[in-house]
Amino acid sequence: MSSYVLRSFANGKGFPNLKIGFKLVAGLSLALFGLYLVVALYAQQQIAFALLVLLVLSSAGYVYLNRRAYAHRYAYPAIAGMGVFVIFPLLYTVGIGFTNYSASNLLDLERVQAYHLSQSYQSDAGRFPFRLHAEGDRYSITLDTPDGRLSTKPFIPDGEKLLTLAPQTEAEAADALAMREVIKLRGALSELTLQLPGGDELRLSGLRDFAARLPVYSLQQDGSLVDNRSGERLTINYDEGFYQRADGELVPPGFVVGIGFDNYLKVVTDSSIRGPFLEIFIWTLVFAGGTVAFTLAVGLVLASLLQWDLMRGKALYRTLLILPYAVPAFISILVFKGLFNQNFGEINLVLQNLFGISPDWFSDPAMARTMILAVNTWLGYPYMMLLCMGLLQSIPQDLYEASAMDGAGPLDNLFKITLPLIIKPLTPLLIACFAFNFNNFVLITLLTGGSPDIIGASTPAGTTDLLVSYTYRIAFQDSGQNFGLAAAIATMIFLLVGGLSLLKMRLGKMEV
Amino acid sequence: MAIVRSHSTRYRVWATHAGLVAFLGIILFPLLMVISISFRAGNFATGSLLPDNPSLEHWALALGFNYTLPDGTVVEPPFPVLLWLWNSIKVATISSVLILLLSTTSAYAFARLRFAGKAPLLKSMLIFQMFPPVLSLVAIYALFDQLGQYVDWLGINSHGALIVASLGGMALHIWTIKGYFDTLDKSLEEAAIIDGATTWQAFLYILLPLSVPILAVVFILAFITTITEYPMASVLLLDVDQLTLAVGAQQYLYEQNYLWGDFAAAAVLSGFPITLVFLYCQRWLVGGLTSGGVKG
Repeated sequence: MSSYVLRSFANGKGFPNLKIGFKLVAGLSLALFGLYLVVALYAQQQIAFALLVLLVLSSAGYVYLNRRAYAHRYAYPAIAGMGVFVIFPLLYTVGIGFTNYSASNLLDLERVQAYHLSQSYQSDAGRFPFRLHAEGDRYSITLDTPDGRLSTKPFIPDGEKLLTLAPQTEAEAADALAMREVIKLRGALSELTLQLPGGDELRLSGLRDFAARLPVYSLQQDGSLVDNRSGERLTINYDEGFYQRADGELVPPGFVVGIGFDNYLKVVTDSSIRGPFLEIFIWTLVFAGGTVAFTLAVGLVLASLLQWDLMRGKALYRTLLILPYAVPAFISILVFKGLFNQNFGEINLVLQNLFGISPDWFSDPAMARTMILAVNTWLGYPYMMLLCMGLLQSIPQDLYEASAMDGAGPLDNLFKITLPLIIKPLTPLLIACFAFNFNNFVLITLLTGGSPDIIGASTPAGTTDLLVSYTYRIAFQDSGQNFGLAAAIATMIFLLVGGLSLLKMRLGKMEV
Repeated sequence: MAIVRSHSTRYRVWATHAGLVAFLGIILFPLLMVISISFRAGNFATGSLLPDNPSLEHWALALGFNYTLPDGTVVEPPFPVLLWLWNSIKVATISSVLILLLSTTSAYAFARLRFAGKAPLLKSMLIFQMFPPVLSLVAIYALFDQLGQYVDWLGINSHGALIVASLGGMALHIWTIKGYFDTLDKSLEEAAIIDGATTWQAFLYILLPLSVPILAVVFILAFITTITEYPMASVLLLDVDQLTLAVGAQQYLYEQNYLWGDFAAAAVLSGFPITLVFLYCQRWLVGGLTSGGVKG
């Protein structure tokens, strides 16, 4: 842009026109804000994010300032969008997979240190009984200390939090408040900090005393902490990401450290993870494969029927058959959740009336899986039908004429003409469908939430969970949020999906 | 058309019709049922497909009105459905417009301009699009958590975050539009450029007016994708008032608070317009699905 400005000067136009000026100001202010972000993020130790902003900023600068990158300007925003919201999160996730990032190891070392250093305890050395006096709606506190009798000025409960103690000169009022009144005011009192003339601070301890508070730990040169109460030394355990006592006890909260391939090893070796992981992995394959097979079967049959010349009312059939695809999935999945309900669901009412059975759709693993496949076939066959209809149209009609001459039936047509001709263009689409269902998070989350649970699993894991919903639950559900483990499993899925999409491309013979 | 027909053909046609009608009966049962349920009184009522004594209770609640039961108790709407619908439409509209703008210009570059790294960029975009965002939710959450500390409208629990996050999913749209641009003749733009138009002008005044149909399709596709987006919205949005429909709707069916009838009305109310839009547009989608798949 600057060269642009200079050129307009050189051309004798004098000041560049308003449009360029506006562009210049907008570009500069964006760049300045971006640089501010980089510095601020870097200062907060968010190196990954700082690098991301820096990369986006510098590439944008290059593309929009360099005349040689003119063509890139058109493509840049979309590519940057993908970079920031798809590729960066992907890399970041892979990175998390090699750390112990979790609910128990959430902060970085500095913040954990700061947390420990902010801990304090009440020392018995400076413990003084107090008396509370009321003066109207105000109160004052009086203490007996070795330096004599000290008292606060009258204060309103829940008003100021820090009160200074000063030597009391007048005689103390005789009627200190009874314990009953003190208990009533306990909440307000416990928030008070009283400052001694020397600067030490006192806080409520129990119901009768104010006591001095001292920091529990003091920081050593090498980063370790010394417990001021016992003199015990807490060393940093960089393997586990915790401060550690001499006897090996870990002191929470922990901090994030790199742990290499431990998360991956855990999936392979820890039987309380390996068992559920394998079960879920197999079910995921069965689910994705089954969905592709069922939807393709239903979709292909319907498409063939709708292509049949002798059929009437094709348009109406087509519209009605597409309906499951047209209704937003999050609505139809929830509709099925209600319809399949064990007690009030309409499907069980119908089954009860017709056959006298009412299956446990949500608590029996086999029934739950059956339900999921049925619902997903319902959701997915219209897509397959549309695909097959498009492909069937490209098959020359004279092939069927020839086969009819030779006396072939519909099944011969399907297996000897239709399938062989459409299978090649269909394969990449089937792979995409498999990959999509392999990661069909919404269906599982909204329909069963993964339940019924797998017994003996140390992480949240259900018999109907797919790998994605399992990963999501490890990361976000309940107390045991284990982002590191979730990210490691996510990385495995990334590899698998990457392989699938490469395969799809190879088969699809994409031309650019 | 097949000239040779066997005698059984007529029966086969009738059998096919009968089979299709039966199949449609099963397929449409859930949809008809949910409409029926939305008119039944109470949340646990059972009955036939045509409600015996229809009630507008659930519809009133879904539309945000209080409803007075026959026994005099007043029921308040359990959830702000219309607000959720509005949130969904707002987010989906803004992000579809942005997606359309950005993917059109990108598609133009990929279809018409020559630049370094074009083919690998296009291919890798398609590969990365296969990775489900669910898996990198931790990273996406962390990203917006950080951004929100400096830019308010991009933080967690803001619609801005959701809109911006949806910009990651443009690769398919770029491919669709690029495919359409490829079918248009270059000579018109070349003529304009020879007459002194800039590349940008050729794009804006010549190519775009010719591509209105595909732009409409992409807009609607993007709209439907964002309005039904669940995983990112479920992590990025927290407050009840901020939720989109896709995230909010499930709250009707919690075990402890099972509002089947209310859900049915809300589902029909919000699902109906989206369904109609989709049905209206599907004839354009079909072409896109197979041509994109077969030709790449």
